Amino acid sequence: MIYREAGQFKTSYKSDQALLPIAQDRFFIISLLAAAYILVPMVANDYWLNSIFLQFFIFSLAAIGLNILTGYAGQLSLGTGGFMACGAFSAYKLATSFPDMHIIVVLFLAGLITALVGMLFGIPSLRIKGFYLAVSTLAAQFFLLWLFNRVPWFTNYSSSGVISPPPIKLIGDYYITGTQATNLTQYFFTLTLVVVMALGARNIIRGHTGRSWMAMRDMDIAAEIIGISPLKAKLSAFAVSSFYCGIAGALWAFLYTGTVEPLAFEINQSFKILFMIIIGGLGSILGSFLGAAFIVVLPIFLNSAPALLGLEISGALVTHIEFMVFGVLIVFFLIVEPHGLARLWGIAKEKLRLWPFPH
Amino acid sequence: MKNIMKKITIVMLIGVVFSLTGLAQAAEKIYIPLLTYTTGPYAPGGIPLDQAFRDYFKYVNATGGVNGVELEWETCEYGYNTDRGVECYERIKKSKSGNMGVAVFPLSTGVTYALLPRTQADGMVLHSMGYGRTDASDGRVFSHVFTAPMTYWSQVTAITKYIGEQMGGMNNLKGKKIALVYHNSAYGKEPIKTLEVLAEKYGFKFLKYPVNHPGLEQKSTWLKIGRQTKPDFTIIFGWGVMTQTSIKEAKAIGYPVSKIIGNWWSASENDTRPAGSASVGYKAAGFHTIGKQYPLHAGIVDKVYGAGNGSGEKSVVGEVLYNRALVNGLIFTEAIRAAQKKYGNIAINGKQLAWGYEHVNLTEARLNELGLGGFMKPLKITCANHEGANSLLIHEWDGKNWVNPSKWYSPMYDVTRPMIEASAAAYAKEKGITPRSNCN
Repeated sequence: MIYREAGQFKTSYKSDQALLPIAQDRFFIISLLAAAYILVPMVANDYWLNSIFLQFFIFSLAAIGLNILTGYAGQLSLGTGGFMACGAFSAYKLATSFPDMHIIVVLFLAGLITALVGMLFGIPSLRIKGFYLAVSTLAAQFFLLWLFNRVPWFTNYSSSGVISPPPIKLIGDYYITGTQATNLTQYFFTLTLVVVMALGARNIIRGHTGRSWMAMRDMDIAAEIIGISPLKAKLSAFAVSSFYCGIAGALWAFLYTGTVEPLAFEINQSFKILFMIIIGGLGSILGSFLGAAFIVVLPIFLNSAPALLGLEISGALVTHIEFMVFGVLIVFFLIVEPHGLARLWGIAKEKLRLWPFPH
Repeated sequence: MKNIMKKITIVMLIGVVFSLTGLAQAAEKIYIPLLTYTTGPYAPGGIPLDQAFRDYFKYVNATGGVNGVELEWETCEYGYNTDRGVECYERIKKSKSGNMGVAVFPLSTGVTYALLPRTQADGMVLHSMGYGRTDASDGRVFSHVFTAPMTYWSQVTAITKYIGEQMGGMNNLKGKKIALVYHNSAYGKEPIKTLEVLAEKYGFKFLKYPVNHPGLEQKSTWLKIGRQTKPDFTIIFGWGVMTQTSIKEAKAIGYPVSKIIGNWWSASENDTRPAGSASVGYKAAGFHTIGKQYPLHAGIVDKVYGAGNGSGEKSVVGEVLYNRALVNGLIFTEAIRAAQKKYGNIAINGKQLAWGYEHVNLTEARLNELGLGGFMKPLKITCANHEGANSLLIHEWDGKNWVNPSKWYSPMYDVTRPMIEASAAAYAKEKGITPRSNCN
């Protein structure tokens, strides 16, 4: 009843191929964006803008990156943390070597460098699959972190191996990094970047490249027989995925923590992002966002909930409760819907379509 | 009817009076956001530190506050995880009643790095006592960061002096081998440059052994140390479960534990006790002495634990890390007092506190007054030197207690200070900071 596409006719190829062919979906996305651009900045305080939304956006971007590789192209990867570190350190080198370079150029180039590195580590995927590939991407994770730890050139010879980006202007007097950057500037910048890149990912996936990835994922031999080059498909998936992860890593270092050491991108970070796409939904852009929200925002909410309710509980106990509740929720969602939160959302839409007269 | 109206008015009046006094009280307190970690692999260090901070603040409040101004604090548990530490800072930097924090003590080098720009933007003091960014000791560049009473760089120079003495003079260091087993993070890497400089100066061979987080995998490291390189002394920069693992592995491989010197974060009972008899003879540094024989400890036991207000087990009072946090609390309250001399006995803000920190002068007499005479060496912080000048001593673990305190070793500031200034200048250049010129 609420969600019904009956009567919405597509009279041209253009409307048939639209990104969101159903009016309700369009309305939903537009109101979501309106809320993100207008309502949130009006209502949210600095804590929400900086600690919740910024983290959420950056991890969503990384999750989209991994989802392209694992969810769409079917290449299991555990190197996300390493690629994020690669993005962060190349952005740092670029920003300090060329102080006048604009932040968008810095991010773009850092993404490109990471894409190249990703392709390099994607070469084994031409021969090996599944869990074996996961092990070889693990090499990327460890090698890259070792490299940034080992070679002082990457940290501009910092004594402790920590990098912190210089203050960079976005436009005019609006700083995007450093002490003068306001939370609102950072919020709008990251939001816009995430929206643009999510749209980009969605379009790549609907196009020829994305289809070749999915064909490769579903059955590589069949895909090869219908004329898809595995070399091109797999390496392009690694490149695009690493590009996204690289930019996410650079944003993490430049905007969120404002300083970063290789330890921040250790293997746990890779697992975290893998869990995001498994819980959010493999092969779904929406799932990347839902997964990021689940893994990043939920623990913070669980941790601060007792204080919000006015309960006086010791910090250690709250943390232990947080771990337990979080674990139970993961098990619960995986049992209820093994295909992820995005599938749950799809089911909800199906139900709404029939409501209030189910069969 | 009239009666009811009268009653309502009275109740309302009482309400107004209460809320007014409530407001007045809220405005008069100095707020401290406390970042703690009492869970995870670094909890053995985090628990006593957290307990001591809260005990000390309670003690200050129980003895009339700092010149009549009480302290208030909120805690946030971050598990030594840098991302969560940043989130925690943002969550509690303002108290529930809206007071902005004046100072933060992250107790983690990673979080200290991350909070450098944030605390500056918020006008808050960042006091990283014996950890964090060493070059922040240059107060001309880092106006709001304090590293007093000592830094990692100073620490290794003083430890090198101690080692030199054990060898029978600094000249005998020539050709000897000193190894560093360090936590492979910003924290552990801090002393490397200094040790490289010292190695060149004194002609000893410096060997580096990184240990990855959390530090439970050290078999190959100690195999190399014990069988291959056999250094004359080994310095440990560990934290949490790493140090006890080092001691156990050293013992297992047959490397003499008495040749191992822990830094001050590898110097607590929580590092030696779990290693059992293996740790007998283990040595560790500290910028304060051992025990609870001081009047301040008696005061805390009496006023805080006596009132049933203790923040943890009473037996922890006087442990190494507990004492460490007391030093931190002491410098903090002295800084408040110094600031109050200039700004009046009010609840000062972070900027005023930074001024106060730059005028801390803990003399021998003042330490006696505070009930900690002989506990640590006098400390004077200035505008340019946010580290002050302090000394350390080495203790030995006899299986039950820290014993055999060495004499006090003062660091080679002639080596570290130029390095600090050069590094801070590089930072200032990268960040576009103009160093303060009115500092001397």
